[in-house]
Amino acid sequence: MTEEEKIKQDLTDKFNYLQDKVSIKRARRLFLEVSIDKFMEVFDHAVIGSGFSMLVTITGIDEGDKFGLIYHLASEGGIMLNIKTSIPKDRPELSTVTAYFPSAEMYEREMADLLGIIVKGLPQGNRYPLPDDWPARQFPLRKDFNKDVLDKKENI
Amino acid sequence: MDEEKEFKIPIGPQHPALKEPVSFSLSLRGEKIMGVDVRLGYNHRGIEKACEERTYIQDVYLVERICGICSHAHSTCFVQAVEEIAGIEVPKRALYIRTLIAELERVHSHLLWLGVAGHEIGFDTLLMYTWRDREVVMDILALLTGNRVNYGINTIGGVRRDITADQIKEILKAADILEERTKDYIDIATQETTIINRLSGVGILSHDDAVKLGAVGPTARASSVARDIRKDDPYAAYADMDFQVITDDHNDVFGRAVVRLKELLESYKIIRQSVTSLPEGPIAVKAPRKIPAGEAVSRYEAPRGEDMHYVKANGTDKPERVKVRAPTLANVQAVRLMLRDRYLADMPIVVAAIDPCFSCTDRLISIERQDKNRTDIIEWQALRDYSIEWYKKRGIDFSKMGKLK
Repeated sequence: MTEEEKIKQDLTDKFNYLQDKVSIKRARRLFLEVSIDKFMEVFDHAVIGSGFSMLVTITGIDEGDKFGLIYHLASEGGIMLNIKTSIPKDRPELSTVTAYFPSAEMYEREMADLLGIIVKGLPQGNRYPLPDDWPARQFPLRKDFNKDVLDKKENI
Repeated sequence: MDEEKEFKIPIGPQHPALKEPVSFSLSLRGEKIMGVDVRLGYNHRGIEKACEERTYIQDVYLVERICGICSHAHSTCFVQAVEEIAGIEVPKRALYIRTLIAELERVHSHLLWLGVAGHEIGFDTLLMYTWRDREVVMDILALLTGNRVNYGINTIGGVRRDITADQIKEILKAADILEERTKDYIDIATQETTIINRLSGVGILSHDDAVKLGAVGPTARASSVARDIRKDDPYAAYADMDFQVITDDHNDVFGRAVVRLKELLESYKIIRQSVTSLPEGPIAVKAPRKIPAGEAVSRYEAPRGEDMHYVKANGTDKPERVKVRAPTLANVQAVRLMLRDRYLADMPIVVAAIDPCFSCTDRLISIERQDKNRTDIIEWQALRDYSIEWYKKRGIDFSKMGKLK
């Protein structure tokens, strides 16, 4: 059994609902899908139990009526576990993972600025990456973002 | 003076230590830094969004311009993801050429860093020498790709230019010159007391903190964290290459300098291997214009650390989503920690030690003669000769300059 298969086995043994949700795309690339209410326990197990000690980044995707999220975790051995989950667009709320990874702060702020996702528990700090005078409620990575709002601004 | 009083000084966004916009707000007590507040994003150009509106092949050129120094890192990382989604088998020769360019890029980037580091500590002689030597590798990159930066060598399915036997000779000659020079710099960095005293104990990042904060690249490796994507998650031709992951246990700026210098020697090893065992065959396969639906995560060890691209395809000729995580973002948290409780005067070198980037693109100069109604173009070599002559007339002969020792 390869290392990837062992990780898959361990995850499906531990969490029954992951039975056919874990896939090995190629060597060193695992993807798994989990609903947002079960996300934290799977994430906790992956980080603490399975040794995925690095959070490479978090990707947010506008998928129409929901936001897709991918937490790209990596182990020191070079294996990546990409945990996918989603949150509804009309209530785009999410808990921070900065308790596990302090470096997640920038990735979460990026999602807040570019997609309008509300990350709960994030410490006070500067926004990233948009400028302070960016028009309110305009999120450039959403598919319905209209660039015209920028052209109307003066002094650009 | 009230010693308890803390005051804040804003530094940046216009270059505190480097030629790129970033803003630091430092809380000081006396000369000591008590807290660091970082504001990033001044260079955000919306490239991820722009990628969604362009075709894959246009995106190759766009992502190459994310960074002027690790341009090959971004374009390789992107094409790898797209090739994985489309199931394209890239010819071996192309993978070797990608590896070669990647290491040449690392050499130019590390030499550039060494110069900047020298400059930040007031050792400008080191800057002048390293940047002169860096021209050797810049010339090779220009010879192989036609460009000094933003090489444009990658395409989806392979590379765009082949390497000739004559070029291989030039590469090997350059690798020998650079190796000799690098050994010289290692001697200087490890024996010159100015450097040792100025860099040791500055910008401390302990092993545990480097792990916890997810530091990448030479920043992590100088805290004995053996993270290197080239070994951990091999891409291009790195699985075939024999090289060491350099780590150091100094945990400070000195360690980061040592790691980068020793890494240069490993790069020369990889450069030699990639040209001497360059496989025969085609350099690219034809890639479809429309990429089938799918997703892939691609990782790459850029000179500054791990670069990651996530690409999601939707079956059209444009990607659904492109996500880029460049290494500097992963090292920001570490910088905060390195600066805390340190002296204000250490700030430039500590920030420079994680090696953020800026670009240089000067290639030729155009002179319009008003009297004769024509335009002269001075080629790079002619401009260089002109500058050497100009100094010679004034009693400085660069062509005869010896070694630094």
